[in-house]
Amino acid sequence: MLVPLTPGWPKVKRSFFDGHVFVETFPALIRAFWLDVKIFLVAVPCIFVLALLIALARNTRNPALFPLRAFAAVYTDVFRGIPVILTIYLIGFGVPGLGLSREWGRPVIWGSVALILAYSAYVSEVFRAGIESVHESQRAAARSLGMTNGQTMRSIVLPQAVRRVVPPLMNDFISLQKDVALVSLIGPVEILRRAGIEKSLFANFTPYVGAAIIFLAVTIPLTRTADYLMARQRRRTGGTAIA
Amino acid sequence: MKLRISGVVKSFGPTRVLDGMNLDVAQSEVICLIGASGSGKSTLLRCINLLEPIDDGQILLDGDDISQPGRDPDPIRRRIGMVFQSFNLFPHMSVVDNVAIGPRKVLGVNATTAREQGRALLDRLDLADRADAYPDHLSGGQQQRVAIARSLAMNPEVMLLDEITSALDPELIGEVLDVVRDLKRDGMTMLLATHEMGFAREIADRVCFLHQGQILEDAPPDQLFSNPREERTQQFLQRVVDAGRM
Repeated sequence: MLVPLTPGWPKVKRSFFDGHVFVETFPALIRAFWLDVKIFLVAVPCIFVLALLIALARNTRNPALFPLRAFAAVYTDVFRGIPVILTIYLIGFGVPGLGLSREWGRPVIWGSVALILAYSAYVSEVFRAGIESVHESQRAAARSLGMTNGQTMRSIVLPQAVRRVVPPLMNDFISLQKDVALVSLIGPVEILRRAGIEKSLFANFTPYVGAAIIFLAVTIPLTRTADYLMARQRRRTGGTAIA
Repeated sequence: MKLRISGVVKSFGPTRVLDGMNLDVAQSEVICLIGASGSGKSTLLRCINLLEPIDDGQILLDGDDISQPGRDPDPIRRRIGMVFQSFNLFPHMSVVDNVAIGPRKVLGVNATTAREQGRALLDRLDLADRADAYPDHLSGGQQQRVAIARSLAMNPEVMLLDEITSALDPELIGEVLDVVRDLKRDGMTMLLATHEMGFAREIADRVCFLHQGQILEDAPPDQLFSNPREERTQQFLQRVVDAGRM
């Protein structure tokens, strides 16, 4: 509220909230944002599957599967321990250097792969917590019917686990939606880079504000959708199914 | 003999919960297991259903040793139904899907048929109007009856009932016990761990008093309740009477 009273306000207003620049650059930003959306839409299912596999690997109880458990543990340790931006640099610059064909060496591909690898580590921990939150007695009930370990996991444990982790999962995916912009740092012209280009063209920061508005236009509905799904779930099961 | 427990030993850490237990159960026989908490009632039932591996001894179902290490437990569990104190219904499925899931996944019955059979079973247990509700919207007594229906859907040869009324409000116990009475009438072989002494006396063919992992006394209900042979049994029953539970 008091910001307009500060001495620098007129200047800031000119360089960040210029209506003319906004109108001029907004369409280009929207077009560039399409790349963010595409990366996001490809990454989400990949992360979902990879994270689930890692979580399941970490939850195996068979002693013979120890190597699988150990691999999953090391994977999550490594990728949770490295900043996402660093993973993007390492994979985005490193893998194309292996001499891949031009088509497969594109930074957008390996930047996305880096995002998928990093976020799978986060999301697998969410899944693991969800799986462990399903009470042992649910397994006992399923096994006592004669269901196999795999059937019990698929039909009884996972459906409950996934429902419980919807809110933290949505949070991770909302973070992902924003972190897609990090891929711009290794080259692809997505919205953040486009905003940077427009900023230089107009010598004005308004394109960044435009980019922020576009991000909010996506993340706020996503958050509200998550809330709605949760509320519907609570209504249907009377509330006790969700921890 | 339908079921034979022979010299079964089960320890949790240093505690011997089952200490050489022996018990024979004939076809269509109803056996009530009574005894203090920790006497091994629940553990025995869980061992029979292979939810806990045993350390020594044998469990024979129709003369077949089901307790051999390394044996696939799943085909055996199909033949043995188990109902738990805490119901353990699947909260993410409607009542009818809870009942249909066993036949669908384990017996390979298609979903439509399994649900039809499930509805018929629920109808028998007076639960037809709750078939499409979710478990959390049911009373405890209704939930426990659904749990019984879920087990019955697998057409088990033996039913293990583990203190199935202990978590229920007193006014809801009757409806669950009625179902057990019906099962007895249908000739179901049953083992019940129970604190309902009046009910045990009414329904059991034999009552077993468990103490420190062994069956200390095994007798027809009238004899065991009116004229217990063992001093420990007398003490236990006296405590139950003092607590106003009989």
